[in-house]
Amino acid sequence: MPNAEPELVQLLTPEGERVEDPAYPLGDEADIPGMYRDMVLVRRVDTEAIALQRQGELALWASLLGQEAAQIGSGRALTARDMAFPSYREHGVAWTRGMDLMRIFELFRGVTNGSWDTEEHKFHLYTVVIGDHVLHATGYAMGIQRDGTEDEATIVYFGDGATSQGDVSEAFSWSAVFNAPVVFFCQNNQWAISAPQERQSRVPLYRRASGFGFPGVRVDGNDVLACYAVTRKAMAAAREGQGPTLIEAYTYRMGAHTTTDDPTRYRAAGELETWRLRDPIERVRAYLARSGHVDAGFFAQVDAEADELGARIREEVRQLPDPEPMELFDHVTVGSSPIVEEERRQYAAYLASFEGAAR
Amino acid sequence: MTTLTLSKAINAGLRRALEDDPKVMIMGEDVGKLGGVFRVTDGLQKDFGEHRVVDTPLAESGIVGTAIGLALRGYRPVCEIQFDGFVFPATDQIVAQLAKMHYRSRGLIKLPIVIRIPFGGGIGAVEHHSESPEAYFAHTAGLRVVACADAADAFAMIQLAIASDDPVIFFEPKRRYWDKGEVDITAPLGGTATMNTARVVLPGTDVTLLSYGPLVRTCVEAAMAAAGDGGGPAARSIEVIDLRSLAPLDMATITESVQRTGRCVIAHEAPVYGGLGAEIAARVTEACFYHLESPVLRVGGFTTPYPAARLEEHYLPDLDRILDGVDRTFAY
Repeated sequence: MPNAEPELVQLLTPEGERVEDPAYPLGDEADIPGMYRDMVLVRRVDTEAIALQRQGELALWASLLGQEAAQIGSGRALTARDMAFPSYREHGVAWTRGMDLMRIFELFRGVTNGSWDTEEHKFHLYTVVIGDHVLHATGYAMGIQRDGTEDEATIVYFGDGATSQGDVSEAFSWSAVFNAPVVFFCQNNQWAISAPQERQSRVPLYRRASGFGFPGVRVDGNDVLACYAVTRKAMAAAREGQGPTLIEAYTYRMGAHTTTDDPTRYRAAGELETWRLRDPIERVRAYLARSGHVDAGFFAQVDAEADELGARIREEVRQLPDPEPMELFDHVTVGSSPIVEEERRQYAAYLASFEGAAR
Repeated sequence: MTTLTLSKAINAGLRRALEDDPKVMIMGEDVGKLGGVFRVTDGLQKDFGEHRVVDTPLAESGIVGTAIGLALRGYRPVCEIQFDGFVFPATDQIVAQLAKMHYRSRGLIKLPIVIRIPFGGGIGAVEHHSESPEAYFAHTAGLRVVACADAADAFAMIQLAIASDDPVIFFEPKRRYWDKGEVDITAPLGGTATMNTARVVLPGTDVTLLSYGPLVRTCVEAAMAAAGDGGGPAARSIEVIDLRSLAPLDMATITESVQRTGRCVIAHEAPVYGGLGAEIAARVTEACFYHLESPVLRVGGFTTPYPAARLEEHYLPDLDRILDGVDRTFAY
């Protein structure tokens, strides 16, 4: 494991052994079977999505394979009032927020640019330009401060590659000097497309925080319990006025960057095998099977649920309607623009000129 | 009516906006205690507090990026970019995020953010302090781009920009900050005040002269010089129009004028290549083709980087170069 650090917070070993960390108590309310179920279901979402892309039903998919624990653990640590700013791979976080995943499939099908009511589930739009949204989350957190509310905070998701972006460093500076209630959740999945983490930083990413004046912690990103406990503590600190925390969830992108990528060109097959032994789902399954938390039928029931979800996704994605051509001109600005309206009229007339013509 | 400099007029408009809406806030480098390097925000932090008038870290992308987050939370940030040439670190946030979020959210998200930028040359400044980057932003769908030219307009337009639910890039003609004008600071917003429509500053019959920002005054002076040209054959009646809005353009006002005069000259400080003048010339040619007596001409900065201060008098269009452009439209 590159950059392996003793500081890695872990509550469940890859073998499924529960270990305690006095700084991060799990708490009785942690719903471990629920976390397992979430991870299995979002992995199925991911599998279906890749298949749909291969069939031409999606233009692209950004796979979360291997990052289920980081996303489900952190997502489940949020309250309904907390605001989450995703990058573009956070389908698991979207799931924990209660999002209708068809809104996300619309984006990857090319039906929309990713439109949903961000306030409904307190889940902001996906952001494709790397790191831009880290500043948005910081500004949003400054707004929470100005509103004087004490029961909400902001979390923002980004990857190891994003830590090289100036906007992310700016967000670290701003959040620190304004003591903004924001948690930076960096999923270090080791690869920014083909660039290894070593190309982004000479120091472990979580240590960046100390230079900006706030705590950083590295958590086993494949341990859903640790991700949950660490995120919950950081969010509570933010809500209580203790300012930002950087969480580095140390994980691995088991799949390609997106469906257009070919990771065999830049990484060794053995690396994937090493990480398979640390699979985020298998360790929870082993723990649950051994601990008696669930009854005999639980795993089969979750698998059946996943089959059902997969079937529903296949059906619903294929039925997503294409937008009407004239929607092209909608919502450019709130107020009207005579320039856009003129183009709308001209293009409508152009389209109408084909009506009735021989095909 | 009160006599105010253009910078004091913006200050009065900002003050009014802060008073009227608790969600309005000002943020930027040195805008608080110092009152801004041009003192446009002078006294506002003292009166409205550090939470409403925020001295930010020195990071333009951070200013616009966090303003977007604050707007998502329901605030109406007014950002100051200290000088035109310093806006580029924020360009990604402006172009990739601010301009597009309303569109990509299919109307669900509104970002009522104003980005104030002092622009243009003529003050003998060092590099990066005299540029005219408006065309970059006018080219970006989703932004409103406006420029004020005098104190009365500055007072009204800054309030209209803040009241707008769209992101507005608000260009301030820095060499006109100290120009005085009559401003009715008790006038309610609304009524006839507008930032979307061009205004005829000086009516005329022979040629339409279009400009915005710092060159509006120069164009008026040029028109007055031309009109008073001894009443001889060289005397021209020039109609001067202040565009105010650069995106979208108010083509109705422009077209009406050019169809009447048959000639059109556009003056701006920015390089003419790929500039606003090119867009206007194309549109005027299409809309007024059978009315034109001559090609639409542009007078502007050269296709060079902004030069050192001791050369700027050659780079910037002045009264003579503008009148030279006018004369050339009569040579066809």
